[in-house]
Amino acid sequence: MMNFPILSSLILLPSIGALFLFFTKGNKKNNFTVKYVALFTSAVNFFLSIYLWILFDQTTSEFQFVEQRIWIKDFINYKVGVDGISILFILLTTFITPLCVISINNSIKERLSEFLIAVLIMESFMIGVFCSLDLVIFYLFFEAGLIPMFLIIGIWGGARRVYSAFKFFLYTLLGSVLMLVAIISIYWLNGTTDIVELYESGIDIKYQNLLWLAFFSSFAVKTPMWPVHTWLPDAHVEAPTAGSVLLAAILLKMAGYGFIRFSLGLFPVASEIFTPLIYTLSVIAIIFTSFIALMQEDMKKLIAYSSVAHMGYVTLGIFTIQQQGIEGSIIQMISHGLVSAALFLCVGVVYDRMHSRLINTYGGIVSIVPKYSILFMVFTLAALGLPGTSGFVGEFLILMGAFKENFLVAVIASIGVIIGAAYMLWLYKRVIFGKLINNDLKQMIDLNKSEVFILSCLAVPTLFFGFYPEPLINTIEVSISDLIDEYNFRLAGRL
Amino acid sequence: MENLQLVLPEIFLSLSIMFLLILGVFKKKSSKLIQNLSLAVLIVTAVITFNETIGISETQLFNNSIIIDYLSSLMKIITLLAAFLVLTISSNYLKTFQIFKIEYPILILSSVLGMMVMINSNDLMVFYMGLELQSLSLYVLATFNRDQIKSSEAGLKYFVLSALSSGLLLYGCSLIYGFTGSTNFNIIANQLSSNEYALTFGIVFILVGLAFKISAVPFHMWAPDVYEGSPTSVTLFFTMVPKIAALTVFIRFLYVPFLNLIDQWQMILIFLSIASMLFGAIAAIGQTNLKRLVAYSSISHVGYALAGVAAGTNDGIQSSIVYIFIYVLMNLGLFSCLLMLKRDDVYFEKIEDLSGLSKNHPMLSLSFLIILFSLAGIPPLAGFFAKFYVFKAVIEQSMFFLAIVGLLSTVVAAFYYLRLIKIMYFDEKKDKYDTDHGFWLKFSLTASTLLILVYFIFPGELLDVVSRINII
Repeated sequence: MMNFPILSSLILLPSIGALFLFFTKGNKKNNFTVKYVALFTSAVNFFLSIYLWILFDQTTSEFQFVEQRIWIKDFINYKVGVDGISILFILLTTFITPLCVISINNSIKERLSEFLIAVLIMESFMIGVFCSLDLVIFYLFFEAGLIPMFLIIGIWGGARRVYSAFKFFLYTLLGSVLMLVAIISIYWLNGTTDIVELYESGIDIKYQNLLWLAFFSSFAVKTPMWPVHTWLPDAHVEAPTAGSVLLAAILLKMAGYGFIRFSLGLFPVASEIFTPLIYTLSVIAIIFTSFIALMQEDMKKLIAYSSVAHMGYVTLGIFTIQQQGIEGSIIQMISHGLVSAALFLCVGVVYDRMHSRLINTYGGIVSIVPKYSILFMVFTLAALGLPGTSGFVGEFLILMGAFKENFLVAVIASIGVIIGAAYMLWLYKRVIFGKLINNDLKQMIDLNKSEVFILSCLAVPTLFFGFYPEPLINTIEVSISDLIDEYNFRLAGRL
Repeated sequence: MENLQLVLPEIFLSLSIMFLLILGVFKKKSSKLIQNLSLAVLIVTAVITFNETIGISETQLFNNSIIIDYLSSLMKIITLLAAFLVLTISSNYLKTFQIFKIEYPILILSSVLGMMVMINSNDLMVFYMGLELQSLSLYVLATFNRDQIKSSEAGLKYFVLSALSSGLLLYGCSLIYGFTGSTNFNIIANQLSSNEYALTFGIVFILVGLAFKISAVPFHMWAPDVYEGSPTSVTLFFTMVPKIAALTVFIRFLYVPFLNLIDQWQMILIFLSIASMLFGAIAAIGQTNLKRLVAYSSISHVGYALAGVAAGTNDGIQSSIVYIFIYVLMNLGLFSCLLMLKRDDVYFEKIEDLSGLSKNHPMLSLSFLIILFSLAGIPPLAGFFAKFYVFKAVIEQSMFFLAIVGLLSTVVAAFYYLRLIKIMYFDEKKDKYDTDHGFWLKFSLTASTLLILVYFIFPGELLDVVSRINII
């Protein structure tokens, strides 16, 4: 059974679905069929990834399901594989994509099949990012994702979509080209871009700082970290709901994953040197963007800024280089993937009905849309990290790791939790409670079946992993402890 | 008697040109026939080149003034194939402007002959002869739509500036002849040690002339005007075919006689490369005419190809040849798209004419999209690999500055490619264009798009083709 190329199938399957859609006539009558084809492909992919998780051996940090083929002779091999760090992201991707497809009920009216093609191709690329074991292959997938996302924002986006799409594309490209220089330099230094071999041989200490900075420039833009986060609110606000969900739930995780896999794994010495930089930027992101989020009038923008703050915790946790810190970061990323996806969908729900994202349009809708209010509350509480939700597990572990490393940073980050609670609760209060002033709101219809289904699908794992995070922690534990051991070993070797 | 079959392609081509010319003069209304015969001649010449010379180890003929090796054979075949495709897809355009005449294919053939001589040359005189033959044909081609004032202007401008650069080039040749006593590359290579600094003057002048032909900054001023004014099918020819020959001469001239003076010319080449990449990217942003925009984009692509040459290694040369191949492929697709923007016998070449193209012509704009992303160098399309190989070769020589500037200018360049995509996909639609394009136009667009798209599956094949080129 091990010979079955399960990872390549995961990567290819959505593309095959997209190819199928490409040859289907995309007129209005076909919309139903088109949607089900996309749903079927992504659902099959999800079950395949569940199967992958069942087969996955949690007791080792070795890469599993490794496939290797010659791609460019004597230069690059196509090599994919998963370990405890990457498998959860693959699951997250395959879990979110079908929900995205279901969520496109009324929001996308024109060119539906093209939209689904873009989403499916995007899924292929994102899975590719998380399981590639060669730097060039990684870069290929990492950058290729720009094309579908640019089109998703630009074609199906809101009023200022052109500006946002350009900003998104150029910001990310600018960050990434430096990473390309670094990747070629690594090839020049070590004669290989195979990650496993690079883990073993290590990279010359002389060059680590520059290479680290080049990778950082790419990941910092993608994370996004303060001060290069400004593309994110624009992109989120203008993207269609499904695009925002993909962007928040999965695209942002590429960088967090990259930090763990490459910055820590390949450049331990440089990571140690630059840790204060990451701490500073993370803390600024947490406090500063939380305050900005507090001031937002637009719901999507508020959630976008809260994403920046949450990713601040993630980067902080990763660079504590503590077992709890990194575990917390990964769980925070998974949790943020679920919760922010759900929050964007919640905004999408009211936007489809009222065509406004401004907070002051709403107010007092608790008695009109009770189901919506309940589900929205669950995700609000998860976003602010209430115990019992997955958000709490992540934040708690990160702060625990941070307290071990640096007391001051941990204290400031903890203050961020309070501000986070403030803006989320205030958002909830202004949208759901209060006096019903806007009379149009009375015509609002509560969630339909498919919306209930999507949001419950997201609520169940949010609550489940909040109470019982063991499955997640078991999966990542060994890989992370080995990563940290290796990291400390290399650091010690330098001294 | 020397191995005449090695120059059989050139002999066959020149005899065919003369025959076609006589046929065209004596037979009335023969433009269609001449066109088809010329296509056949190009294919036959390519086949002869492939059969006779591709397997041959390096051979020098005619008192060492001509060199036949793998590099020259390969480049000749690419030149011939590119010329073939240009000729096939330009017939509809020429018919629209009622300039579908016998001279057009014959001029293209004779400029191809000039390029083949250039590619073969191992001697400054031979090289200059080939260069002038191709340039003279190109001047006439630029003015081919002589009733249009812009086309005549383009030809005249091209002629005056090109003559100036040929003068500089000749001056450089005579300096080199003066200090080494020969025009033959082999003898020059042996005489280098005596007058290094004086020779550098000669190299600089010749490089200026070559940079002009390949339209590298700061000798690019003619390119936008000429590209805009010439008939679109001729512009297509300009952007692709002469660059292949000029790049070969660049490589041959710098690496055969002057390899030991690499310290002298490497800086010049790095400067040309950086200036072209940056200037091409920045100047294209403000353009409103598609052909002008393509002119600037081709300037910046030339910069990337030169970056590979500047690396000074076999890897660098191979990467820049791969770059020019992929560039030719992308340009072919790009111009096929431009030639499809036709409505009621009017060709459209303003950027805003693309507005909302995706709603009226989804397949055309999808191909356009893929080609533009590839030109911008976004993976996994072919354009990314072209840049990747070049920068790999450059970084292996520790030329980080060149690599970083080059990659940053791809970000700038991405902006104007994205702008085209934005206009096609995000803007309001306009009237439909004609859809009854000829077979070859559709074929070249489909083929180039598909090749660009699936290149990432077989990236090694092209590298294998060029891996036999070992100049140093």
